[in-house]
Amino acid sequence: MTFNRRDFLKVAGLSAAVGLGGNAAFELIFPGQVDAAEEMKQSPTELTAKRWGMVIDVKKLTPGLRKTITDACHINHNVPTIEPPKNLKWIWEAPFEHVFTEVEQEYLEEAVKESPMLAMCNHCDNPPCVRVCPTKATFRRADGIVMMDMHRCIGCRFCMAACPYGSRSFNFYDPRKYLPDPVPNTAYPTRTKGVVEKCTFCTERLVTGQLPYCVEAAQGAMLFGDMSDAGSAPRKALRSRFSIRRNPGLGTQPQVYYLV
Amino acid sequence: MLEKALEGQPRYWGWLIFLLALIGAAAFGYSFQYREGLSITGMSRDVSWGFYIANFTFLVGVAASAVMLVLPYYLHHYKTFGRITILGEFLAIASVVMCILFIVADLGKPARVNNVLLHPTPNSILFWDMIVLNGYLFLNLIIGWTTLAAERKELPPPKWVKPLIYLSIPWAVSIHTVTAFLYAGLPGRGFWLTAILAPRFLASAFAAGPAVLILLSFLVRGLTKFDAGKEARETLAKIVCYAIIMHLFFFFLEVFTVGYSMIPSHLAHLKYLYFGYHGAGGLVPFVWTALVAGFAAIVLLIVPRFRQKEGLLITGCILVFVCTWIDKGMAMISGGFVPNPLHEVTEYAPTNLELLITFGVYGVGALVLTILYKVAVSIKQQEELR
Ligand code: SF4
Repeated sequence: MTFNRRDFLKVAGLSAAVGLGGNAAFELIFPGQVDAAEEMKQSPTELTAKRWGMVIDVKKLTPGLRKTITDACHINHNVPTIEPPKNLKWIWEAPFEHVFTEVEQEYLEEAVKESPMLAMCNHCDNPPCVRVCPTKATFRRADGIVMMDMHRCIGCRFCMAACPYGSRSFNFYDPRKYLPDPVPNTAYPTRTKGVVEKCTFCTERLVTGQLPYCVEAAQGAMLFGDMSDAGSAPRKALRSRFSIRRNPGLGTQPQVYYLV
Repeated sequence: MLEKALEGQPRYWGWLIFLLALIGAAAFGYSFQYREGLSITGMSRDVSWGFYIANFTFLVGVAASAVMLVLPYYLHHYKTFGRITILGEFLAIASVVMCILFIVADLGKPARVNNVLLHPTPNSILFWDMIVLNGYLFLNLIIGWTTLAAERKELPPPKWVKPLIYLSIPWAVSIHTVTAFLYAGLPGRGFWLTAILAPRFLASAFAAGPAVLILLSFLVRGLTKFDAGKEARETLAKIVCYAIIMHLFFFFLEVFTVGYSMIPSHLAHLKYLYFGYHGAGGLVPFVWTALVAGFAAIVLLIVPRFRQKEGLLITGCILVFVCTWIDKGMAMISGGFVPNPLHEVTEYAPTNLELLITFGVYGVGALVLTILYKVAVSIKQQEELR
């Protein structure tokens, strides 16, 4: 992978040091609000790709499975459970006509139309959220993953206005107040209030050679792989079945495909 | 010159103390927001910008509208604006100060605001907005202050400010254009995705700003005997009138394109605002009030007989304010978020704490404006006594 996490953390660390003046002042008044960057290691087993992408086979998704999938993601990423409308979600269930607003297909196959879809970040090739972010806290990695730096985000929420898929959540509250102690997954960092977060295609798992939590939980209903490799699992699936993407007319080039 | 702000009647000091008390209360309110996060606001996952950003947008317009004085006065030597231009420039300064405060109040991580400078990102419109707003603030501070200082010494303004004055003219247009671009370039938001947004912003700004200025000039006259001039107000009233007509015309253009093409992702927002959408219609009474106020204002301002009566002129200006403030301060921002890109409906209304903080920011603006006007009026009156 050409993107180097260490370089990125260096930049983040430097910026934190330069910004210390302002932060230190706030730290005095409101201690514990300023968080520290956490070093993550790369491993020899790391999974890499030119262009990560995902395929969701909506016909294989059962109600139970959908819940297993969303729980796997939210629990393992310490996503707090907060009542709407100030809630957070990385992957969630929503009716077909809300996920595919532009399809407007009144007489779609009932099985598809009536079963809720899974919605998540599309890791677009041409992501509007990255375009609008004033701090590069949202950025696109060389392998196509649209990533968040929660230590740099200023919480302006421009990216939430820009995302045409509603895939971004803001920490209106301190998320730690809504998580059990200890948090469900102590190996994964919790966030602070005031930053935006979203699905990351489980970059932390790819580093250790594992597939994303949702894919692991999906029992074959979700396929993850290198979209630039014609032999990868998602590419093979796309060759055999008809697929759609969310609102492709906007030119964002979403990289989550739905087999219908 | 600032010493002029340190002398005044008890009434003046009473007003300043009132403003400081308001600001103090709002700062206390903000300490809650700082501790509890933006959870204390009415914003949500679906409506992720609210009252702060809406008032920011409105005030950028008020700031930009100073160009309606600067351009005739400095470029066309329209002498009638000789006494009121400084009031317009100082109103712009107070407005930009409020804009910046609203942006900071809206941030989830205000302590990190310097990240915008540490990681300059030219592809973000917010980056440019920061540049043009700060630039405009400094331009107006320098221009207003030096011209006033020169006037005090009975000298013509120094030569080097001329280019800055000329620069401030396109700069004023740029601040509101860039602010419109914040919204108009987002692919998934049909309400804002229209090229008419920037012109519409400018038109409503050129109505709102001068209308506020006319009202302020009456206030200043009542309090200090300093009269910016009936003729100046008369000219400004015409500007307000044509600008509000343009604003409503641009709005009509938008309604036609959206209404006739009937593309759902664009139409849904207008439906929500004007008729309610899937049972949600919190803004319906407001937007209709705005529309009626706009048309009523045109009647009062376009007929010379009405416009020349002070009471009706004041009424007309208040109506323009109501129309443009509802349009930008309420409907423009949450209207763009309802329904969300998934066509789900979550409505927005500000909380009391959010309102308090908003009033506090307006209090800071009023404080800055009071002090600047005190200085300007003292110097202008001194000069006239000589
Ligand atoms: S909220 Fe954070 S990630 Fe989103 S645009 Fe602002 S700084 Fe960037």
